[in-house]
Amino acid sequence: MTVLVARLGRGAIELLRIFGHHATFFVDLIRACPAALRRPYLVVAQIHAIGNLSLVIIVASGLAVGFVLALQMYYALVTYGASESLGLIVNLSLTRELGPVVTALLFAGRAGTSLTAEIGLMKAGEQLAAMDMMAIDPKSRVLAPRFIGGIVSMPILAILFSAVGIMGAYVVAVLLIGVDAGNFWSIMQSGVDVKRDVGNGIVKSIVFGFICTFVALYQGYEAEATPEGVAHGTTRTVVIASLGVLMMDFVLTALMFSTP
Amino acid sequence: MGKKSVETLVGIFVLLGMLGLVFLALKAANLGTFSSGDTYAVTAYFDNIGALKVRAPVRSAGVTVGRVASIRLDPKLYQGVVQLEIQRDVQFPTDSSFRILTSGLLGDQYVGVEPGAQEKMLAAGDQTKQTQSAVVLESLISQFLFNKAADAGATAAPAPAPAASGAKK
Amino acid sequence: MSEASPAAPEAERSHPDALIEVDHVVFGYDSGRTILNDVTLSFGRGKVTAILGGSGCGKTTLLRLIGGVYPVGQGEIRFGGQVIDARNAEQLFALRRRLGMLFQFGALFTDLSVFENVAFPLREHTDLDETMIRDIVLMKLNAVGLRGAAWLRISEISGGMARRVALARAIALDPELILYDEPFAGLDPISMGVAANLIRTLNDTTGATSILVSHDVEECFSICDYAYLMSSQGKVVAHGKPNQLAESEDPEVRQFIRGEPDGPIRFHYPAPPLAEDFGVRA
Repeated sequence: MTVLVARLGRGAIELLRIFGHHATFFVDLIRACPAALRRPYLVVAQIHAIGNLSLVIIVASGLAVGFVLALQMYYALVTYGASESLGLIVNLSLTRELGPVVTALLFAGRAGTSLTAEIGLMKAGEQLAAMDMMAIDPKSRVLAPRFIGGIVSMPILAILFSAVGIMGAYVVAVLLIGVDAGNFWSIMQSGVDVKRDVGNGIVKSIVFGFICTFVALYQGYEAEATPEGVAHGTTRTVVIASLGVLMMDFVLTALMFSTP
Repeated sequence: MGKKSVETLVGIFVLLGMLGLVFLALKAANLGTFSSGDTYAVTAYFDNIGALKVRAPVRSAGVTVGRVASIRLDPKLYQGVVQLEIQRDVQFPTDSSFRILTSGLLGDQYVGVEPGAQEKMLAAGDQTKQTQSAVVLESLISQFLFNKAADAGATAAPAPAPAASGAKK
Repeated sequence: MSEASPAAPEAERSHPDALIEVDHVVFGYDSGRTILNDVTLSFGRGKVTAILGGSGCGKTTLLRLIGGVYPVGQGEIRFGGQVIDARNAEQLFALRRRLGMLFQFGALFTDLSVFENVAFPLREHTDLDETMIRDIVLMKLNAVGLRGAAWLRISEISGGMARRVALARAIALDPELILYDEPFAGLDPISMGVAANLIRTLNDTTGATSILVSHDVEECFSICDYAYLMSSQGKVVAHGKPNQLAESEDPEVRQFIRGEPDGPIRFHYPAPPLAEDFGVRA
C-alpha cells in the first residue's frame, strides 16, 4: 500500500518538475525572441520553411473540407427547406472552428514534426553545443526564429484554410447542387460577424500556433540524442500538440461563444 | 534557395493571408454591407422585446437601415430599453413607430420602422415610446382559446336556461 | 631524468605560466555517479597538452567543465588566473570568445556551406564587412588546406575534411585556447597525420594553448609537450612529458601506452567461473 502511495507521490512530483521545466523553457524562449527579431532574415527564412511549405497541404485540405461540408450540410438542411442557409453554416463552421483547429492539427503533423526532428538532430550532432561554445545562444539563433515563424504562419494558414473552404463550398453548393448564388452569399454575409466569428477564429489560431510551435521546439530540444529519441520526440509532438489544441479549443469556444 | 527568393516567397505568403482575410471579412461576413461608423443612436422602449437579439437588423420597407446595438431592462419602468444604430443618411419622423417583427415564419426577429408624418426628424440620442412589442406566442394562444371559449359560451348560454326550466316543470 | 609521478603535481599547480588550472575538482552529472574524483591538472601557456585515458574516464567531461558547460561540484577551474563560474552568463560569454572547440565529429552546421560554417563566428561576433570576412575565411581554410572546398555543402565532404573545416571554424576568431575532443577518432592514417600536423602547427604559429583529449597514444605523443593519463575511476594516474610516460614503470601506465589487452584494466568483465556458466562440473 505505501509503495503505491510513494509511487503516486513520485509521479506527482515528477509531473510538477516537468511542468516547471516546460515553464522555464518557455520563459527562456520568450526572452530570446527580441534578439531573434533583430535578425529579421532568420525569422523570414523560418516563415518560409514553416508556412510556405505547408501551403499545399493546408489549401488542399481546406478545399476538401469545404466540399464535404457543403455536401453534408445540404443533405441535412434540405429536409427543413433551409438549404439557402448552406453558405452561412459552412462559413460559421469554418471560421469559428474547423479553420483554426484542423489547420492546427495539420500544422502539428507537418511543421511540428519537422521542427522537432530538425532540432533533435541538431542537438544530436552537437550543433547546438558548438554554438554554445562559440558564445552564441542557440535559443536566440535557432529556437526563437522558429517560434516566431510558427506563430506568424499559423493564423495565415488558418485564414487560407477557411477562405479556400468557403470557395470550395460555393463550388459544390452553387455550381454543382444548384443553391442560389445570391442567397448563398447574402445569407452568409448577414449572419457572420467579422469581429466575433472571423476575429475570434484568428485569435484561436494564434493561440494554437503558440501551442503547436512550443511543443514541437520543446520536444526537439529535450529529445534524446539517438534515432529512437528523435522518433519518440516527433510522436510526442503530434500527440501533445493535438491534445493541447483540442482542449484549448473547448476553453476558448466556451469563453468566446457562450453568449449568443 | 537564395536570400532574395526566400524573402519574395514569404512576402507572397503573407499577401495571400491578407487577401484571404479581406475575402473573409468583406465577401463572407457583414463588414462590407454595413459600416458601423456613420450611424446615430435612437433608444426605443418596448413592453416586450420577445426574441430580439443584439445585432438584429433594423428594417424599413424591408431594407436594412441599422442594427440593434444593445438591449437592457429599465429598472424603474420595467420596460425593455433597446438602443438602435441607424444609418446617418436615413432619417425618420419623430412619430415613426418601431415594431418587433419576425422575418418569415420561424425566422429571427428584427425591428421594423414605419415612418410617421411629422416634419421633425429623430435625432441622435432621441428616445421613443412609439413602439409595438413582439408578439408572444403564449399570449396569442391564450387569446385564441379565450376567443374560442367566448364564442362557445355565447352559443351555449341560452341552452341551459330552457333545460333548467324544462327540469323544473 | 625525473620520474613521471602518479601523485598530484605540487610544483605544477602553482606554475606561473599555466593558462588553465584544474584544482582538486570533483564532479558528477547527477548525485549518483562521480565522474571526476579530485583531479588536478595544469595546462601550460602556448603548449599542447594531451589528456589520455580509456572511454568513460571523464576526459570529455573535463573539457566541458573547462568550457563552462557545467558548474563544478567541488574545487576550482581557473582560466588565466580567473575562476570559471559556469553560472555567470556574462563571464562565460567573455570566456568563450577566447576559446575555440573542435567537437568529435565536427558539429558543423549542416544547413550551411563550408564557407558559411567558418564565417559563422565572424558574422555573429564581429561587425566586419563581407570582403574582410571573405578574406579571413579563405585564409583559415587555407591554413587547413581546404581553400578550394569553400563552396561545397557539408553533405558533400568526407569525415576528415569535416574535421578540418570544424578546425578552421574553431580558429576563426584566433582564440587563446583551443580544445580538441577526440580529433583523431575514426580517421585514416593520412588524415590522422594531417590533423596532428595541423594541431601542432597552429599551436606554434598562433601562440595558442591547445588541450587535446584522445586515446590515440602514438599521434598524441608525436605532437604534445605534456600529457596526463586518467583512469576509469576519474583520477589522474600519471602525468609528464611523452618520453617520461613512455618509460614509466607503473603497470597501469604501461598497459595503456603499450595497448596491452590485459593488465590492471582487466580483459574479462567480472563474471562467475567459466565452469558454472557452461554447466560443467568443476
